[in-house]
Amino acid sequence: MVNIGKSVVIKGELNGSEDLTIEGHVEGKIELKDHVLTIGPNGKIKAQVFAKSVIVLGDVHGNITASDKVDIRDSGSVDGDIVAPRMAIAEGAHFRGSVDMQKKQAAQAAAPAQPPRPAQQPQAAPQAAGAR
Amino acid sequence: MLTDLFRRKDDPEVVEGDRPPVVSTRALPKLLASLRTRGHTVLVDLGPVVGGNLTFFGDQLGCKIFVEDLFHDLDRHVRGGSADALPAFLASRLPQPDGSIDAVLAWDVFDYLERPAAEALAGEPVRVLKPTGVLFAIFGTDKVEVGQPFYTRRLVVDETALIHKEYPAALGKQPPWLNRDLMRMLEPLTVAEQFLLKTHTREVLFRKPAA
Repeated sequence: MVNIGKSVVIKGELNGSEDLTIEGHVEGKIELKDHVLTIGPNGKIKAQVFAKSVIVLGDVHGNITASDKVDIRDSGSVDGDIVAPRMAIAEGAHFRGSVDMQKKQAAQAAAPAQPPRPAQQPQAAPQAAGAR
Repeated sequence: MLTDLFRRKDDPEVVEGDRPPVVSTRALPKLLASLRTRGHTVLVDLGPVVGGNLTFFGDQLGCKIFVEDLFHDLDRHVRGGSADALPAFLASRLPQPDGSIDAVLAWDVFDYLERPAAEALAGEPVRVLKPTGVLFAIFGTDKVEVGQPFYTRRLVVDETALIHKEYPAALGKQPPWLNRDLMRMLEPLTVAEQFLLKTHTREVLFRKPAA
């Protein structure tokens, strides 16, 4: 499992073929076909997200598409539209947007058009937390 | 005694321990039945976000749900001192296009609105519903409660039961609506089903006429 620490800021496209936990800031697009993306309590995402499963404990601004499940925990916050066949939102979590649970659509939408590339961070630049 | 058991089963407000009350719903199964005959349904939920409800409706209907949480909006306006602006705000509150929604879950939001705000909001479900689309609303039949105002978060247990969980509100309920006033306010929607429950509430399904 890859962990992006809270001092890391990424702007661009993030692809991976293994589970990923983000505690830092990501802006752009995240694609993890067949893998789990966890937005940690310190994670702040401003991106379109595609993954098998997405667990949100931090903040997400952007649409999430998952082929399996989206799980927003009590500390999590999502502003955006969600497409997933399964969904869980804990009491206390923040959510603003829509949820589309049509199963076929979610499975197809979560599959990226291009084959997945190994984990890469094209414009990753370690910075002090909060410095953007 | 056996009769006591039946009495408890029939009582919609039986509370077990400290658990919030589980109450029966008669309109929800009717709503689901009408939506199952449609294709990919699109719902708007005017209540607070409840994860279990999203899962329930998703499992039952495989639908798309917009969560709008008008109760949060009401609190924001009242606490911010802009309650007078509610009618104008609610008149264009829903971002969905005209005729794009199969069902609107209003829960009991109309009970908290004064007439001008309620009339302003009433135009929104009328606008966004598709022909034959349904508005699900709950109205109190009792006089206004005293004490700390609260909203009720309704968690769907199954097709016939809801759990009521109260949470603090910035404004209290208004006097109960008369059926006649509701029907006028929501025209051209018509009452498709109405159930008077032992919980001192009315569950009403309004339907938009076919085009």
